[in-house]
Amino acid sequence: MQALFAQLLVGLINGSFYALLSLGLAVIFGMLNIINFAHGALYMMGAFVAYFLLNLGGINYWWALLLAPIIVGIFGMILERTMLQWLTGLDHLYGLLLTFGIALIVQGVFQNYFGSSGLPYAIPDQLRGGMNLGFMFLPVYRGWVVVFSLVVCLATWFLIEKTQLGAYLRAATENPTLVRAFGINVPRMITLTYGLGVGLAALAGVLSAPINQVRPLMGADLIIVVFAVVVIGGMGSIMGSIITGFALGVIEGLTKYFYPEASNTVVFVLMVLVLLVKPTGLTGRAA
Amino acid sequence: MPDTAIAEAPARAASGGNILQVRNLEAWYGESHILHGINFDVNAGEVVTLLGRNGAGKTTTLKSIMGIIGKRSGSVKFNNQDIIRASSDKIARMGIAFCPEERGIFSSLDVRENLMLPPVVRESGLPLDQIFELFPNLKERLGSQGTKLSGGEQQMLAIARILRTGASFLMLDEPTEGLAPVIIQQIGHTIARLKKEGFTILLVEQNFRFASTVADRYYVVEHGKIIDGFSNAELAANMDKLHTYLGV
Repeated sequence: MQALFAQLLVGLINGSFYALLSLGLAVIFGMLNIINFAHGALYMMGAFVAYFLLNLGGINYWWALLLAPIIVGIFGMILERTMLQWLTGLDHLYGLLLTFGIALIVQGVFQNYFGSSGLPYAIPDQLRGGMNLGFMFLPVYRGWVVVFSLVVCLATWFLIEKTQLGAYLRAATENPTLVRAFGINVPRMITLTYGLGVGLAALAGVLSAPINQVRPLMGADLIIVVFAVVVIGGMGSIMGSIITGFALGVIEGLTKYFYPEASNTVVFVLMVLVLLVKPTGLTGRAA
Repeated sequence: MPDTAIAEAPARAASGGNILQVRNLEAWYGESHILHGINFDVNAGEVVTLLGRNGAGKTTTLKSIMGIIGKRSGSVKFNNQDIIRASSDKIARMGIAFCPEERGIFSSLDVRENLMLPPVVRESGLPLDQIFELFPNLKERLGSQGTKLSGGEQQMLAIARILRTGASFLMLDEPTEGLAPVIIQQIGHTIARLKKEGFTILLVEQNFRFASTVADRYYVVEHGKIIDGFSNAELAANMDKLHTYLGV
């Protein structure tokens, strides 16, 4: 029984990363109509920025949680201004190829300087240790990751679905020309949205650093599963990405317990089934 | 340029100062040349209607003024400032509001969000209670999804949301299209009331009978040019010509 709960916890933690990353992808796809293949590399950059902040600047984990998303988010905004903005109105394929190229370059640069092995990043003192819940042992840091990710996901959902800024974003997703004709600077909003999506990826990277170590290919390993999560949830759907992210993490964890051989493929099998039954994803709307 | 002369004659007759001056406006959709040198003026406080058949260039004229056509040339002066190179968000912030033909109601937003979407650009915008007085239906449907409203309600919402912004110059593109006569009448009353409150309105209409109840002046657009223009007082004398232009 303890093994089942342990796998459930692992599933929830993976689900947290899936949710944060797929949420960023959904926000970017909704606004920019770009399938951001650079997302994994930007997640990795978040972890590396936290590593540099700690080892070069002596800046601890808590500040890294704030600074790394901002730094990587600014890098993302520069990418959007200098490259991605020129793809407006073009086929998805161009965005996919460009962001895939960016991902390869970023990963290549980090691999060149840091190799493929992981760099250690210590769990902050405040989050060390664990709690015995009776039915399982819960490491505090892992519990923190799940709760914090959930809070960030819900805050992002609230921002997009319940605020005036979110209304601008949703309206601009539907008809950017008209929203601009109302006096809203849509190009600036697109840049900031890309920065937000990238910042979420970087935040996931910082959260992941103490668990998975800091590796140049840490994003590449994860991003394919995250894309499957986005496809299952429905491209561009905010709540769909959050729920599907956590749910698929849990399903993956349960599969590891009941049928370990299928744990690496279960997400993709589900993706195929969802695409067959509902091609727009579980919560996606038809174009 | 004969159409400029046509434009200027009724403009001088109007009471308000010149608020919009369009000169030799040309516009393209990709390779298609749509406007071939449009010239006209709108004075403050007037309701001016662009009449013409489908595809004549009326909507493109409004979009070109608003800056949402990729390629355009000529001169568009709003309050003596040339806006031909300005982006559409800047033009909106200068006090021009646009209500598109397809209404542009956002399906992912409810009625309240649709209504509150355009930012306030001047303090002179209508307060919500006055907007609800004009369009009482909207108050009852605030929580509904924007696109779940009837065609008439959607049109009211599309007009209402630009009244909030404080823009003094409104461009309404076929506000009566596809609406029941009783709703058309209500839109007509609204436009008349807005005029009384000092708004300047540039209207695009195919429904000439509706336009004649609200407009001070008319311009006829054909093949991307203004081919005629007259005031409301001259309407009766121009009816035959107008029927020929509009093919009614």
